[in-house]
Amino acid sequence: MAVNPKKNEMPAQAPEVRAHNFNEVALGYTAEIAQDEAKRCLSCKARPCVSGCPVNIEIPDFINEIRRGDYEAAYRVITRSSSLPAVCGRVCPQESQCEAQCTLHVKAKMDPVGIGRLERFVADWHNEHSTQQPERPAPNGHKVAVVGAGPSGLTCAGDLAKKGYQVSVFEALHTAGGVLVYGIPEFRLPKAIVAREVDTLRALGVDIQTNVIIGKTLTVDELFEMGYEAVFIGSGAGLPNFMNIPGEALKGVYSANEFLTRSNLMKAYRDDPKTPIMKGGNVAVVGGGNVAMDAARTALRLGAEHVYIVYRRSMEELPARREEVEHAKEEGIDFRLLCNPTEILGYQNPDNPRDPKNGFVTGIRCIKMELGAPDASGRRRPVEIPGSEFELAVDTVVMAIGTSPNPLIKNTTEGLEVNRRGGIVVTEDGLTSRKNVYAGGDAVTGAATVISAMGAGKTAARAIDQALS
Amino acid sequence: MYRIVRRRELNPTVTQIEVEAPLVARKAKPGQFIILRVDEDGERIPLTVAGTDPKEGTVKVIFQVVGATTEALNHKLQGDYIQDFAGPLGVPTHTEGLKNVCVIGGGAGCAIAMPVAQEFHRLGAKVTSIIGFRNKDLLILEDEFKACSDQLIVMTDDGSYGRHGNVTIPLKEMLEAGEPFDMVIAIGPLIMMKFVVAAAKPFKVPVTVSMNPIMIDGTGMCGGCRLTLVQEDGTRVTKFACVDGPDFDGYQIDFDEAMSRSRMYFDFERHAYEEACRLFEKA
Ligand SMILES: Cc1cc2nc3c(=O)[nH]c(=O)nc-3n(C[C@H](O)[C@H](O)[C@H](O)COP(=O)(O)OP(=O)(O)OC[C@H]3O[C@@H](n4cnc5c(N)ncnc54)[C@H](O)[C@@H]3O)c2cc1C
Ligand SMILES: Cc1cc2nc3c(=O)[nH]c(=O)nc-3n(C[C@H](O)[C@H](O)[C@H](O)COP(=O)(O)OP(=O)(O)OC[C@H]3O[C@@H](n4cnc5c(N)ncnc54)[C@H](O)[C@@H]3O)c2cc1C
Ligand code: SF4
Ligand code: SF4
Ligand code: FES
Repeated sequence: MAVNPKKNEMPAQAPEVRAHNFNEVALGYTAEIAQDEAKRCLSCKARPCVSGCPVNIEIPDFINEIRRGDYEAAYRVITRSSSLPAVCGRVCPQESQCEAQCTLHVKAKMDPVGIGRLERFVADWHNEHSTQQPERPAPNGHKVAVVGAGPSGLTCAGDLAKKGYQVSVFEALHTAGGVLVYGIPEFRLPKAIVAREVDTLRALGVDIQTNVIIGKTLTVDELFEMGYEAVFIGSGAGLPNFMNIPGEALKGVYSANEFLTRSNLMKAYRDDPKTPIMKGGNVAVVGGGNVAMDAARTALRLGAEHVYIVYRRSMEELPARREEVEHAKEEGIDFRLLCNPTEILGYQNPDNPRDPKNGFVTGIRCIKMELGAPDASGRRRPVEIPGSEFELAVDTVVMAIGTSPNPLIKNTTEGLEVNRRGGIVVTEDGLTSRKNVYAGGDAVTGAATVISAMGAGKTAARAIDQALS
Repeated sequence: MYRIVRRRELNPTVTQIEVEAPLVARKAKPGQFIILRVDEDGERIPLTVAGTDPKEGTVKVIFQVVGATTEALNHKLQGDYIQDFAGPLGVPTHTEGLKNVCVIGGGAGCAIAMPVAQEFHRLGAKVTSIIGFRNKDLLILEDEFKACSDQLIVMTDDGSYGRHGNVTIPLKEMLEAGEPFDMVIAIGPLIMMKFVVAAAKPFKVPVTVSMNPIMIDGTGMCGGCRLTLVQEDGTRVTKFACVDGPDFDGYQIDFDEAMSRSRMYFDFERHAYEEACRLFEKA
């Protein structure tokens, strides 16, 4: 039987409907579609897809279980390697990882198998049908502290708890989940999924303490004094960058972190929010990553009339997940590629210094770019085209041009080595320059992906277990 | 959840509460603040630590009711719980080597200024305090300031108590009389701090101001609290008040920008406040 060259489409809310609500965009495969998609897999002996996955999920094996109709068995295969399948199945950049290596794509030039979509199907099926509560393992008498409740920290905590460690997670914010709760919006990753993962950890006996800022409330050294034998730092890369162009202090200019935090974590997207956010009007989002797509699509759902993405390279270099870019385009986001902002413009009434409109954004001035010679990263460097400036009339500007690791922990932990970009320096096992202090995720790599953060949490859990047992 | 152990109304709109938060109580230093949420789904707001009792594990904060969240907080009574209480945040006030200081508080800013004055007093510095209010009814913390100041001057805008006028008047008089302050520390409305800086400038006395921009996380994650410092050579530098401050060199702050930014959500806030008041009226 010939293989269908096309991946099964993902059922989704219609663009004109979803652009006005915060419900999940992609609805997930039905069992029928999953069966059909699973049939496309060739069960390749060499398993190239597995090596494309940062945590080496045994992809052909779980797909085989789907084919046999044993979804619970498929789930067990996945969770041998991943602890957040419902999350990664949704947000992994599959097209540049597992699916990029799929034989169908590489050799036969067809669509790859929809590995991410199948993974999501299996995880959702499990969450819907399984009532099994995780069993609390017998305590092994060791105590470990985890800093940060993002995917890296939660994974490290879960793996250690399953081995009997007494684990405490210290989280600065009032809710656990890291970027999964404050950054990635509801319409892409329902918060109930994250909450469920956190509840599972609690059921395993993990003690999650919110409102504790390590470096302020407690230091890493104090954690050791409190009897923790090892510390894992998964504090992410939460410090927002700005462009340092004129007008960034105007009212209506946000970092993507602030814009998304107000909407997601502080629920400004609801009808009765306690935390304000600027809604409506025209919005420009600067940047081309997942963060920029999320900010643009959030602005649209909050009621913006017109939303621009301003990105200095071309569509080919745009780093966001393909699926999100396609969804954003369908929803009517206006991509202004090869453009770079030079100034944000604001209102100032020359006759009335008390005019309430003073100091609010009125527009953004950009310059057109063209692609020159490749730079160190191998991507062609964008260069300005002289005299090509133009203005877009907007009321809100969101800067989504990257984040760096927060220096708070480094500054309060003597002997903790970081690199030039502020990332914590670690060995292959996740060990830092400090004894019994491990780190992983964005705090080490700078802004990366959920799956790599989760993988780093797993690696460190293994190393901590070896060191302590 | 964090329990309110004690509660005291200092004047009709200013209340002091002591909250059980042992980890914060152990660590907090003068000049630092906490971020709290009154209830689930509430807004995160910053309040300065006005004192601690590490033994009892309590933290004192003094707040003025200005909007929806502080209104909701004011309805929590002794024994009630608040949802979140995180800290201590920010950099403690710099005190080293300062022997003769002038602490200026304006309105609810006095709540932030008081622990600073107390700390200088504890360290043996000479403390001159100037506190200013719109009128007599809004006066707070007079006894506390008296206890930790070598000299206390109370000002009211309308002359209903203490001296008539604003806080810069006695400051100027003392500077003109040659008082060798090592540092002036001004905490209050932005406009007051701006004028204190202007008053001190001709005498080249260093001025520290405590900035209170709108904040969310308080850990350097959102950048919403950013403000601009203008250095001597004119370069403009962005700082985050929650992690780099809240204290800054008053001569470097772009006050006009800070005042503009503080009004970003003016309409929203007023509406939310009216809603909250209505809600509590019904209840
Ligand atoms: C808007 C947005 C969209 C994204 N979309 C995708 C996507 O589609 N696919 C994908 O793979 N990746 C995506 N990413 C990236 C991905 O979310 C991150 O790489 C991942 O979350 C990193 O995990 P982490 O555990 O290292 O850190 P984080 O998720 O950042 O979690 C760190 C946690 O530590 C806490 N913390 C920080 N400092 C302290 C401290 N001193 N004390 C206590 N707690 C502290 C923080 O509050 C936070 O909760 C996106 C990121 C953003 C911002
Ligand atoms: C580091 C720091 C320390 C602070 N310490 C204290 C304190 O010890 N006691 C105290 O009473 N207040 C303090 N504030 C101010 C306090 O946080 C605000 O009054 C509070 O957030 C108002 O919330 P609300 O919802 O009641 O009012 P909102 O409806 O949010 O605001 C009502 C009014 O207050 C103004 N406002 C809003 N946010 C702030 C803010 N962050 N700072 C100043 N004015 C604001 C608004 O412009 C508006 O006019 C501090 C602020 C900061 C940043
Ligand atoms: S975790 Fe990500 S990379 Fe790995 S198989 Fe799943 S979708 Fe692919
Ligand atoms: S490479 Fe593609 S076709 Fe081959 S086993 Fe992996 S998913 Fe199946
Ligand atoms: S409050 Fe978010 S960075 Fe300061």
